[in-house]
Amino acid sequence: MSALSIWFLFIAIGLGTFTLRFLFIYLFGKIEMPNWLSRALRFVPAAALAALVFPALTHPTGQLDLSLSNFRLLAGLGGALVAWRTKNVLLTLLVGMVLLWTFEAMF
Amino acid sequence: MKLNKDFVAGMQGSLPILIGVIPFAMITGVGAVSVGLSFWETMGMSVLVFAGASQLVVFQLMSAGTPWIIMVLTAWVVNVRFTMYSATLAPYLQKLSTGRKAMLAYMLSDQAFGVSLSRFVSTEREMDHRWYYFGSALLIWVLWQIGAAAGALLGSLVPASWGFDFAFPLSFMALMFAALHDRPTVVAALTGGITAVLAKGLPYNTGLVLATSLGIAAGYFSESLKMKAEKSI
Repeated sequence: MSALSIWFLFIAIGLGTFTLRFLFIYLFGKIEMPNWLSRALRFVPAAALAALVFPALTHPTGQLDLSLSNFRLLAGLGGALVAWRTKNVLLTLLVGMVLLWTFEAMF
Repeated sequence: MKLNKDFVAGMQGSLPILIGVIPFAMITGVGAVSVGLSFWETMGMSVLVFAGASQLVVFQLMSAGTPWIIMVLTAWVVNVRFTMYSATLAPYLQKLSTGRKAMLAYMLSDQAFGVSLSRFVSTEREMDHRWYYFGSALLIWVLWQIGAAAGALLGSLVPASWGFDFAFPLSFMALMFAALHDRPTVVAALTGGITAVLAKGLPYNTGLVLATSLGIAAGYFSESLKMKAEKSI
């Protein structure tokens, strides 16, 4: 990406994100969020994050790889265990990265 | 000059949560440098976007050579949760000029929302919610920027051979588990994740948008079934 298009990317994401933050504070008393929308929004983090995580583990180089030589899948499963028990970003990162380096050094 | 006491209370309320904020900001800074952003690009993004999870998402997509529009859309989807926070906090942040509302909205973060709302609903004391939120959000914002800058400076010391790009999915994993509260959210995550794997071959990473939409629909449907079952008891 060129330096200029990177700044346009940040501005576009920033403007949209600001609008999402501002919208209902600004519209308070004028428009209420419809019930179906607030129900649907509750599922966005779980669905979006899972859609990012799963393929990163199963397709480490762009191709599907469910074998034992896919170290990112193995390290990711270890990280998932930590994430599930602690919900701690830093700890999950630490365990996952150390597992990946260990597998790469051993095999 | 005397600081407003609710402003100070808001800052104090945010103190414990900084233990989580600073490392996450640093990870974002290191991640930015690892995908080739300069220090000033990193800080520019940090100020313009100020939403860590969506920034990490963009880094992962950047390193996969994703088209511009998909990166923008995906970042917005990840940040759509702010509308819920904004709608929930709105009654507390009224009787202000539009400019001040805009400034408070810009500083909205998961942490400022969590700290402020839990205080607002638990306290009986008469307080100025706007000042409390402002203190809480401002402290988090400042420390986030400092953490991101520190991360960007440290990031240049991290060699590419460490495979830091793997830190992105690992971070999402922790955030994902934190978003699983009940069966419908688990259904949403499983549907989104499995669809993303099956749709990986689709061009321009469009599988991501498809998977997220199906995941939301599945969660919604699962919750409707649950509500119906509870009603019939």
